[in-house]
Amino acid sequence: MDLSIVWESLPRLFQGSLLTVEITALSVVIGLALAIPLAMMRLARNPFVWMPVYAYIFYFRGTPFIVQLFLIYYGSGQFRDALDAAGLWPFFREAYFCAVLALTLNTAAYTAEILRGAIQAVPHGEIEAARACGMSRALLYRRIILPKAFRLALPAYSNEVVFLLQTTSIVSIIALMDLTGVARVIIARSFEPYKLFLTAAVFYLVMTYAILFAFRKVEHWLSGHLRERPSAEKEAAAAAEAVALR
Amino acid sequence: MFDLKGYGWMLWDGVQVTLAVGVCSLAVALVLGLFGAWGKLSSSRLARAAAEVYTTVVRGVPELILILIVYYGVPTLIQDTAASFGYDIFVDLNPFLAGFLTLGFVYGAFATEVFRGAYLAVPKGQIEAAYACGMSRALMTRRILLPQMWRFALPGLGNVWMVLIKATALISVIQLPELMRNADIAARAVRLPFTFFFAASLIYLGITAVSMMLQHRAEAWANRGVRRD
Repeated sequence: MDLSIVWESLPRLFQGSLLTVEITALSVVIGLALAIPLAMMRLARNPFVWMPVYAYIFYFRGTPFIVQLFLIYYGSGQFRDALDAAGLWPFFREAYFCAVLALTLNTAAYTAEILRGAIQAVPHGEIEAARACGMSRALLYRRIILPKAFRLALPAYSNEVVFLLQTTSIVSIIALMDLTGVARVIIARSFEPYKLFLTAAVFYLVMTYAILFAFRKVEHWLSGHLRERPSAEKEAAAAAEAVALR
Repeated sequence: MFDLKGYGWMLWDGVQVTLAVGVCSLAVALVLGLFGAWGKLSSSRLARAAAEVYTTVVRGVPELILILIVYYGVPTLIQDTAASFGYDIFVDLNPFLAGFLTLGFVYGAFATEVFRGAYLAVPKGQIEAAYACGMSRALMTRRILLPQMWRFALPGLGNVWMVLIKATALISVIQLPELMRNADIAARAVRLPFTFFFAASLIYLGITAVSMMLQHRAEAWANRGVRRD
């Protein structure tokens, strides 16, 4: 089989991957920053606080990402006059802005729901103990609840980041030159679909497992105090077990 | 509230295709999921490796790329292979077929994990007891294992369905006239993109809400014989 087309396209596919990584990282950071207050608002007792947040989370988790993207990118055109008057049209005209906005709103909703579950899973005893020590509500969240919740949320959150990375492939539909977009453009000229799409698939596979590897490292690092101290005896037993499992 | 300018029927046609392609994908996913779980729990090293490769690859590659590979890549691959043997053929895949086979393949990997977990949740003592009563492997599977596995698998399978039905919107990229594609066509025809995409999103939301309700009922039904403490 002639693979020269794959070899020649590698630099451009790398460039596309950079955009994929860029919009993923941007959405992850902004989305997480939004998700923390959203999760806390979702748990508020006041219905005027939690109900709008609940509706937002339900809408973004219950509809396909491609609809959300089209709603922002194409749908904004229907309000062009209003957006022009507000000075926002130059943003909504840009595919890049709309893609990051849609991805951010999408991941913030999923992440808020993950964090909500994690905050609710923090053991009551720890919260009572902190109160008994006289901590204020803000200090309680900062020192006890949020750190514990982050640790509890990490496995689910790593999955969310992986899903977000894969969701970014959809922005190629609004003509952004991410990894998928670059592959599609090269294919439109060369008519070599399976070679290039399979190469792009390998790129995504590598990025996915790089993210999962990084999260596993972070999880390991954050749970040091929960592990037993290594001893020669235990390590030997673990090694023996690992062999037996194979 | 919505003035659909007489294009409402297009959305209705689209919903029917969306549900049809969703149900077909789910059927493929359930079959692949049972095989995948069997492979993961098998004592054969080859079956375990195959199931592991299957779930690893699907987890790491976006659905859109897989849909494009199947729809554009597979026919070309067949044509190229035939050409190298001296045959000149033209292969064209139907978007419906390509769509549900791809989504079935993707969500089969998720169903694999669900069924694997459900199998492991059935107490081992019951399986031993069934064998001790002289049941054959097939009878044990039919009478003891599967009825209980369904109960443990139901919440996970409900999630698979809800993620899957949203993923069918991606098949619009290969021009299957489902809800998303028809909303797109109508939006372009009357130049009301927000109206049509918002209407489509509410329909997806409705499908999700009804699915959640049905899942809740199904779980209550499946757990009717189980004592809660």
